[in-house]
Amino acid sequence: MTATATPALDVERLRKDFPILSQRVRGKPLVYLDNAATSQKPRAVIDAVTRFYSAENANIHRGVHYLSERATLAYDAVRAQVAAFINAAAPSEIVFTRGTTEGINLVANSWARGALRPGDEILLTGMEHHSNIVPWQLVAAQTGAVVRAVPLTDTGELDLNAFDQLLTDRTRLLAVVHLSNALGTINPVRWMIARARERGIVTLVDGAQSAPHLPIDVQALDCDFFAFSGHKVLGPTGVGVLYGRSSLLTAMPPWQGGGDMIETVTLERSTWAAPPARFEAGTPMIAEVIGLGAALAYVESVGRVAIGAWEEELLAYATEQVGEVEGVRLVGTAREKASVLSFVVDGVHPHDVGAVLDDEGVAIRAGHHCAQPVMQRFGVPATARASFAFYNTRAEVGTLVRGLRRVRSVFA
Amino acid sequence: MSSLSELYQNVILEHNRSPRNYRAMDDDARKAEGHNPMCGDQLTVWVRMGGDVIDDVSFRGAGCAISRASASLMTAAVKGKTRREAEALFDRFRQLVTGTLPAAETETLGKLAVFSGVSAFPVRVKCASLSWHTLKAALDAPPSAPPS
Repeated sequence: MTATATPALDVERLRKDFPILSQRVRGKPLVYLDNAATSQKPRAVIDAVTRFYSAENANIHRGVHYLSERATLAYDAVRAQVAAFINAAAPSEIVFTRGTTEGINLVANSWARGALRPGDEILLTGMEHHSNIVPWQLVAAQTGAVVRAVPLTDTGELDLNAFDQLLTDRTRLLAVVHLSNALGTINPVRWMIARARERGIVTLVDGAQSAPHLPIDVQALDCDFFAFSGHKVLGPTGVGVLYGRSSLLTAMPPWQGGGDMIETVTLERSTWAAPPARFEAGTPMIAEVIGLGAALAYVESVGRVAIGAWEEELLAYATEQVGEVEGVRLVGTAREKASVLSFVVDGVHPHDVGAVLDDEGVAIRAGHHCAQPVMQRFGVPATARASFAFYNTRAEVGTLVRGLRRVRSVFA
Repeated sequence: MSSLSELYQNVILEHNRSPRNYRAMDDDARKAEGHNPMCGDQLTVWVRMGGDVIDDVSFRGAGCAISRASASLMTAAVKGKTRREAEALFDRFRQLVTGTLPAAETETLGKLAVFSGVSAFPVRVKCASLSWHTLKAALDAPPSAPPS
């Protein structure tokens, strides 16, 4: 590769937009490589949340006063903004949730519990996050449906021949991760969804990791559901998005009852509001939604194509540099990858790798990444994981590599 | 000395490399399994009693240097002690790793004092304590097979 290619992004300038990145930890400059766990927040997001609470706070969809009207407009404007961000056909297909986990649980409880019959099959993959496994196990126990999983190859790709064989007349749902948080693999979800839809199978994409790193077009993907979290894409914690195809959302019952999700209520019975309100019972996370709007606007202003290009270059560089450290073995070497570099160091537990790197100011994740089946597949109890965002630099990769050499010398 | 070298003292690194009493026992020993779901660590502790005295104790499992070394040093420390003495030792060890043990009492812990650096790393307290919790569960467990 051309190691001296000029980045299309002015990374040093962009870093100044993130107040947290300029601090020192353990006496060293912070090198934040735990972006798959959560991203850092630009000033624009922090300011939007502060401004809302300082000058605009009111409840929404109730009250005729000035502030309530303003807050309602701002909240609903973000819905339209999210629809544009993932190219949904209409803002009414965007449901605000607490995060990816809640979005998947919403589909499991509202759609799957009513739709699945004993013997029906839910097809997952061997690289799902626990949040795209456990809700399906719960709903399988309730309905008598069966959970199956597409196996992985040794490089951490899906075995697509096995996938084809696992799609049967009994398969009712395909729930697949777009970008693996533990391996970094980008799955061919568009192709998989097309195969599933030929058989009338409902499809859900876990976009928790892909939304921050890849351009998302739910109409091109042709998925029925797409879930992601705000906090991984520069937004606040506590807010996420579930995209649902309008024809499905309209037919689904509510899963939580309360204010804002009804049409009429008597003491005997109630009728439901149309989606998305049907799925947003109670006062939502208004400030967080406003913050998410600021986050998506920031991402668009930087440019998703430029972000993707720089992150790809950075990951390639980190893969080469980390891979050259003696005793380091990469876990997950798929051809198509983004952001995530998972690895183990011979004879050193990932927790200890993380502790030594932390002493150098380098923040990584050590553990099973809420993907224990992936750890079992690769025969490791845990891995160390560096995950990159567009505000990371080559110099930070250098600090990571020096830290790994120190890990080797401490545990020699 | 930096807090990292306080954490990874040489005795800990050495016990991590060559853990003592790292073996399984026969089915007639008491045993218990310990898990740390946060990091995926898991270990098994076996214990064989002679009356009220811990005659033999051993462990196996996967974990970080702190949890392995802690299990290793624990087996060495409690062998030959009564159940009550072992539990009292655990109490003082827990105070040590959470930073609540008076400094003057540190030396009553003998070799276990090398874990004093853990108190600067609150997330590692569970790593250091896992084997002790598992030992306690093993002491509470009935012998796997009835004595013949």
